[in-house]
Amino acid sequence: MTRVSITVDGVNYVDEVEPRLLLVQYLRERLGKVGTVVGCDTSNCGACTVALNGRSVKSCSVLAVQADGGEVLTVEGLAGPDGSLHPIQQAFHDKHALQCGFCTPGMIMAAWDLLRENKQPSEDEVREGIEGNLCRCTGYQNIVAAVQAAGQALSKEASA
Amino acid sequence: MTAVEERTDAGEIGQPRRRKEDRHLLTGATTWTDNLTLPGMLHLAILRSPMAHARISSIDVSAAVQRPGVVAAFAGRDFADSQGTIPCAWPVTPDMVNPGHPSLAVDTVNHVGEAVAVVAARDKASAQDALEAIEVDYEPLPVVLDMPSALAEGADKVHAHTGSNRSFTWTFESGAAGTGQPIDQALAEAEVTVRRRFIQQRLIPAFMEPRSTVVQPSSDGFTMWSATQIPHILRTMLALTLNLPEHKVRVVAPDVGGGFGGKLQVTPEEVITTLVARRLGRPAKYTETRSESLMSAHHGRDQIQDITITARRDGTVTGLDVHLLADMGAYLRLVSPGVPILGAFMFNAIYKFPAYRFVCEGVFTNKTPTDAYRGAGRPEATFAVERIMDELAHELGVDPLELRRKNWIRHEEFPFTTVAGLTYDSGNYEAATERALELIGWDELKREQAERRQRKDPVQLGLGISTFTEMCGLAPSRVLGSLDYAAGGWENASIRVLATGKVEVVTGASAHGQGHETAWSQIVADQLGVPFEDVEVIHGDTQSSPKGLDTYGSRSLAVGGIAVVKAAEKVVAKARRIAAHLLEASEDDLEFAGGRFTVRGVPGEGKSIQDVAFAAFTAHDLPDGVEPSLDADATFDPENFSFPHGTHLCAIEVDTETGAAKIRKYVCVDDIGKVINPLIVEGQVHGGLAQGIAQALYEEAVYDDEGNLTTGTFVDYLLPSATDLPSFTTDRTTSPSTTNPLGVKGVGEAGTIASTPAVVNAVVDALRPFGVNDVQMPCTPERIWRALAQGAEKSDRAPGGTVAYGGSSTTSSDGSSTSDSTDGDQL
Repeated sequence: MTRVSITVDGVNYVDEVEPRLLLVQYLRERLGKVGTVVGCDTSNCGACTVALNGRSVKSCSVLAVQADGGEVLTVEGLAGPDGSLHPIQQAFHDKHALQCGFCTPGMIMAAWDLLRENKQPSEDEVREGIEGNLCRCTGYQNIVAAVQAAGQALSKEASA
Repeated sequence: MTAVEERTDAGEIGQPRRRKEDRHLLTGATTWTDNLTLPGMLHLAILRSPMAHARISSIDVSAAVQRPGVVAAFAGRDFADSQGTIPCAWPVTPDMVNPGHPSLAVDTVNHVGEAVAVVAARDKASAQDALEAIEVDYEPLPVVLDMPSALAEGADKVHAHTGSNRSFTWTFESGAAGTGQPIDQALAEAEVTVRRRFIQQRLIPAFMEPRSTVVQPSSDGFTMWSATQIPHILRTMLALTLNLPEHKVRVVAPDVGGGFGGKLQVTPEEVITTLVARRLGRPAKYTETRSESLMSAHHGRDQIQDITITARRDGTVTGLDVHLLADMGAYLRLVSPGVPILGAFMFNAIYKFPAYRFVCEGVFTNKTPTDAYRGAGRPEATFAVERIMDELAHELGVDPLELRRKNWIRHEEFPFTTVAGLTYDSGNYEAATERALELIGWDELKREQAERRQRKDPVQLGLGISTFTEMCGLAPSRVLGSLDYAAGGWENASIRVLATGKVEVVTGASAHGQGHETAWSQIVADQLGVPFEDVEVIHGDTQSSPKGLDTYGSRSLAVGGIAVVKAAEKVVAKARRIAAHLLEASEDDLEFAGGRFTVRGVPGEGKSIQDVAFAAFTAHDLPDGVEPSLDADATFDPENFSFPHGTHLCAIEVDTETGAAKIRKYVCVDDIGKVINPLIVEGQVHGGLAQGIAQALYEEAVYDDEGNLTTGTFVDYLLPSATDLPSFTTDRTTSPSTTNPLGVKGVGEAGTIASTPAVVNAVVDALRPFGVNDVQMPCTPERIWRALAQGAEKSDRAPGGTVAYGGSSTTSSDGSSTSDSTDGDQL
């Protein structure tokens, strides 16, 4: 067992973990942060995407011990303290960018990282930016629209 | 940023309402089955067969029990007397052979991935770790993979106790059925005959949420939470399978992450979890890995289609003869045999064939069982007919669009009874086609195609057409009865009007991404004149929504939505009686509009539905003999299917040097009748297109010659990502259904059914000048490149198989074609 100290969505946790424990298992099974989900076992689907120290990672491909001392942001930590949706969440809602919603947490966190670097991505840039996240319901079209709309909203927020 | 909700006074129906179900999904406050934890809950791991066909000569789980954290381990023999058999609810013929399907293999294994043992431990990792301690000796048996070989005289058998590998032969012939002329006459008198063999490759539904089941046992039953599309059917089937009283079984479908038919099942894993939980008297959870899912959750499609079309020289079609081999896999699951039979009514599609025959043989192989996958029988049928129409056009040297126009049902001919015996309710193929041609800029693309051909551009342009219809709204119960299905096709809804005027709608349709909560709220808001926000939709739990037949077959709105309307009508009728009493008027003199009863010709406020609800609640002043409740319940059984249709056009660029195909433009104009929520409809179309295009270009479940699934992870099974798909241009025409009061048809499967042949027709169209008349799906660069190479030798056979995965494939049965068309434009 190894001791780790990880901040998740603004709360610090100190735990003893098995060295083999994946970050996603730590989030789901130890912290009860089940908003982040597991969709595959080969790091293809991206459903488990979270931000680790400000960059998106597939949390099935990171060991919990690798996140020691780090800061993790999950889809559960995006909304405002008053419950208001983050602009990306709001855009996904407005553009009907989710159906079953299983890929949504990872898709939103991948978009979060993409828009951190580029708030006005072209359609192709969005498609490439979320290439590592699979969705079986939407055909991606509304997700692309949502990410672009969220970028617009974030740009306005930044210039306000 | 806030949503701007487009609203008009016209009512809720037709408005692009943003979904009520989104918020918890957007914020991670979800209730996926795997999120659930119960006190004392055990975690299960399942040992799966690495052999496609073998006798289990010995199995010993005792060492696994010694592993840390493990509570128990079981092999098939431990449940041999109690596990029953996975039910098949669709015995399509009286003599259909059903070999039986144990949840946990006892004596033999019949496909790779079949469950052979289960470990229960205090945590998932301990259960998984202990699997390696289980000792199994397998005695290999001959592996049966290829359908034609499986049916050959003296073939090795999948199941030793059956007479052959044939499960059933199902036949329809229009002469015998009295729905048209004899097919033999059409074949004998044909001026033109085109025969083709098409391969419907095996696909995997690949819902994003892996299947998961939690079972809480009780003394005489259990509660199950499961990632299922069908909580109601599952409840009944589990009670029957495990010989438990139905009223002691409760099934909950919490948040369910997609299904596409793949969760329309009573799964071995659900039975195993129940057996273990009941044996140990503790809650148990099983969640599959993606690899387990791909090899053990049911697959879809997998047909060999021998298609013969006959026509007169002038292009008038005279007959369609269909012979299918349908791969059932190793066992029959819930509706495995019924899937290809659903296609029996759709091969004739939108065309006026005077003669038609459909013969389908269900075949056992040592592969994962097949069952419903989005469209279920209808994509296969639509693909075959839309492909053969293009081949006939090519044979006749006419434009594929003109051939379709000449033979389709004209809009003034509806309702139209087809050669398959169905009556199409409404449609306008001309209008949808004209709109699609306009949107894609067909004439300009045609010019570009000619120009590229002229200058021998290495990148050729292909233009593909699919003018499809489908049957939605499964299903009239009497029709299902005539097809030997074991259940009906009705749907139930109930409406509860609370004291404060808020409304609860209970529906038997169990959503897993379709947006029922939003759409049903829109329907009820209009029917009762209450605010959209005042409606709560309850579903997915047999305790709170006790009656239903669940969600599949584009049935939810056309059947379940109509049940909601019928229940609302009853609520209004009950309210009317009370309102008349309160207003001291005759019921006949009351008008009900916008949620308010008023007396005709009498000015005044009248009574709102909320006023009436409160009056019913207090019950202080009700007419004699009137119950103090507005609540109502309705079960709707449709009299007919509904028949959406549309025209899908695909422009694809094919690089003749590399074989790479890239969709340049995809336009579809769908006619799905009246629309409740255009936003949801568009989403369904997009997702459907993605799956249909994926069949055309990307996806295939491949087995090697020992029966190993070589596409057992998302590395190898190519689910398209955002970069693999284009943006779609969508539009609609509206021919309201005449078979239900909302005029709705169904949209869940349309995109998947229509798009596959549009894409493949486009690929083939690009390659016609090279003598290529077919490319087997998925049309990978390798297959296109090989087709080009073979086309030079004037072959019109699709090259079979693939070496893309480093092994042989399941498609060794690709066959011959008797047509020798060579009249394509040559470069």
